[in-house]
Amino acid sequence: MSGPSTYKPSTGFERWLDQRLPIVRLGWDSFVDFPTPRNLNYWYTFGGILAVCLMTQIITGIVLAMHYVPHVDHAFASVERIMRDVNYGWLIRYIHANGASMFFLAVYLHIVRGLYYGSYKSPREILWILGVVIYLLMMAAAFMGYVLPWGQMSFWGAMVITNLIGSLPIIGGPITELLWGGFTVGNPTLNRFFSLHYLIPFLIAGAVILHIWALHVPGNGNPTGISVKSSRDTLPFHPYYTVKDGFAIVVFMLVFAFFVFYWPNALGHADNYIEANPLATPAHIVPEWYLLPFYAILRAVPDKLMGVLLMFGSIGILFILPWLDTSKVRSMRYRPMAKWFFIFFVVSALILGICGAMNPDDPSPFFGMSYLWVARIFTAYYFAYFLVILPLLGFIEKPKPRPASIEEAVLGPRAHAAPAAAE
Amino acid sequence: MTIVKRLLVAAVGALALAAPALAAGGDQHHPEEHTWSFEGPFGTFDRAAVRRGFQVYQNVCAACHSMKLLSIRNLGEKNGPFRVMPDPEHEGEVIEYTNPNDNPYLRAIAANYIIVDGPDSAGEMFERTGRPSDRFPSPFANEQQARASNGGAYPPDFSVIVKARHQGPEYIRSLLLGYGHEVPHDVHVAPGQYYNPYFPGGKLAMPPQLREGIVDYEGDIEATPEQMAHDVVAFLSWASDPKMEERKQLGLMVMIYLFIFAILMWFAYRAVWANVEH
Repeated sequence: MSGPSTYKPSTGFERWLDQRLPIVRLGWDSFVDFPTPRNLNYWYTFGGILAVCLMTQIITGIVLAMHYVPHVDHAFASVERIMRDVNYGWLIRYIHANGASMFFLAVYLHIVRGLYYGSYKSPREILWILGVVIYLLMMAAAFMGYVLPWGQMSFWGAMVITNLIGSLPIIGGPITELLWGGFTVGNPTLNRFFSLHYLIPFLIAGAVILHIWALHVPGNGNPTGISVKSSRDTLPFHPYYTVKDGFAIVVFMLVFAFFVFYWPNALGHADNYIEANPLATPAHIVPEWYLLPFYAILRAVPDKLMGVLLMFGSIGILFILPWLDTSKVRSMRYRPMAKWFFIFFVVSALILGICGAMNPDDPSPFFGMSYLWVARIFTAYYFAYFLVILPLLGFIEKPKPRPASIEEAVLGPRAHAAPAAAE
Repeated sequence: MTIVKRLLVAAVGALALAAPALAAGGDQHHPEEHTWSFEGPFGTFDRAAVRRGFQVYQNVCAACHSMKLLSIRNLGEKNGPFRVMPDPEHEGEVIEYTNPNDNPYLRAIAANYIIVDGPDSAGEMFERTGRPSDRFPSPFANEQQARASNGGAYPPDFSVIVKARHQGPEYIRSLLLGYGHEVPHDVHVAPGQYYNPYFPGGKLAMPPQLREGIVDYEGDIEATPEQMAHDVVAFLSWASDPKMEERKQLGLMVMIYLFIFAILMWFAYRAVWANVEH
C-alpha cells in the first residue's frame, strides 16, 4: 500500500524543501493521497477521535501544570484555585478530567473494533502490539493523573496500586520504594507522579507515531477483512476519510461537551473532593470506571500475588493475541461462532466492570450470587476467550463465504460484469 | 437475543426482591428528594436563598465549620449572591457592584472579622479588621483544636462539601433535618453522639442545629428548619461550584455550535461521498 509517492511539489520553495526535508511529501502520502479501503464504517473513526483526545489532554494538561502545585500541603487547594480563580480554569480542568474518561471510552470502542474485525491478525501484529503498549501507557498516565488532585481516592488509590506492585517477589519491594520515594505514599510520591504524568503523554505520542507508521505499511484493515487487491478497492484518505472522521469527531465532541458542561463530576467519585487523609480510609476504595474490570479480576483471586499476576495477565494476554487466534478469517462478520463468543466477551467485560464497582460480598442480581463469585465466573470467561475459545475455534468453525474483494463486497457481483478499468 | 432478554428480566426481578431486604436492615436512609433552583441544564442559583443561606452559615455553621478555600470577595464575583443588590435609593431597581472590593455589603461582612496579618516592618504580627480580599477565617487554629472542642470529631471544611458528598444537596438537607428519628434497638448511641439515619453509620457528633428562630431573616420569610436547610444548602452549593451558571451558559453556546457544526459536517460528508459506492 505504501507504494510510490504521488506528491508533486508545485512551487519552487516546495521543490527546494522536498530535496532537503520531504516533510510535505510525508504528510501528502500519509494523510492526503493515502489509499484507504472504501468500505470503512464508523467503527473506524475512533483512531482519528483518539488523536483528538490525546491532543486535548496534552494542551489542557500543559495549562493545568502552569497552575498546579505538586505538594501534599498545596495540591488539593491549588486544584480548587484553578476551579475558582484561574480564568476559565474550571473549563480547562473539567475538560482534562472528563477528557480522560472520553479517551478511555474511545479507546475501548477502538479495541472492540480491532477485536471484532480481526485487526490484530497478520500482517498487522506489530500495529496491534503498539496499540496495547499505548493502552498500557494510557492506564499509567490516567492512574498517576488521578493521584494529583490529592483527594481521598487519589491517595488511597495510589496506596492500593503501589502496594499491589509490592506483592511481586524480589523486585516488588524495591520498585514500590522507588515509586513512593520513601516508605509510604507521601510528598515524594506526589512529586514523581506529577513528573511521570507529564512525561507519559509524550511517550504515548511517540508510540502513536509508530502505531500510525505500522498502520501505513500494510494499510487499513476493513470490515470484510479482505485485503486490498486493486486501486478500485480504495479511495484517497482526503477528502473521503477526513470528512467522515471529521463528522465523527464533531459528534464525539458533542458527547464530550455534554459531560464537561452539564455533568462534569458524574464520572468521578465524590470522595475525591475530600482532601487526602492518611489516617482515614474511605469505606469503599474504587478506581475510575475505566479500570474497574481489572479491579474485579484482581479481587476475584483470594491470593494477593496471584490476583496481581492475573490482573496484569489480563492485559499481557493481548500482546500474544495475534498468535492465539488460529482462524485465518479476519472479520467476525464471516465467523458465525466467534461472533457470539465475542459479543459475550464484551458483555462479560462490562459485567466485570460492575463487579469492580460493587462490594464483593454483596449479593448480585445474578441469582443472588455474591459479586465476588460473579467476578470469578466472568474472569474465567475472559481468560477462556483468549486461551481456549479463540485457539480452538480456528479448527472447529466453518467460516461463511467471503467476497472475493472489497469492490465486490461494496458493489455486489455486477463489479465483475463491468469492464475492468485501466489500472 | 431471547437469552439476553431473559437475563435482563431475571436481573430486574432479583433487584426488586433485594431492595426491601436492604431497607429493612436499618441501613443508611436514602436522602430525601427535593427541588432546587440550580438543577437541570438551565438551573440558576436563587440569589436570595443563597444570601439567606450565607446568613445561616455565618450564624450557625461557621462556629465549627471552616470554609478555607473561599474568600469574602467570592460572594461578590460574577453570579455571586451579593453582586447585584437592590438599590437602596430607588425602589425596584438594582445596582451591580462590579468590583467586589468596593461592594458595601462585602465590606460590612468583612468588617465582622478580625484578621491576623503581618509580619509588619518590626517583625510583629498584628490584628486588623477584615477586607473582602481576605479568606474566610477558620473557627479553629488547627485540626487538633477543632477535635478538642467537638468531642473528638472534626467538623469538615465547607468549601467543596456539596461536591464531596454523593447526591450532595439532597444528602446535606436530609442530614440537617434528619434528627429525631427513633433509635433502632441495635444501634447504641454514646453520650455526645446523636442518631441520624442519613449519616453513614447513623451516629454523628453534631447535635441538631436548625432550631426554629435561630436565625432572623429579613422580610416575610420565616426561618423554619426546612427553610433554613433549603437556604444553607443553596449557599453551600454555590460555594462548592461558583462557576456553575457560567458553565451552563457557555455549555449551551458550545452545544448549539457543535450541533450546527455536526449538521454541516454531515452534509459535507454526504456531498463528498455522493458518487462513491461504499
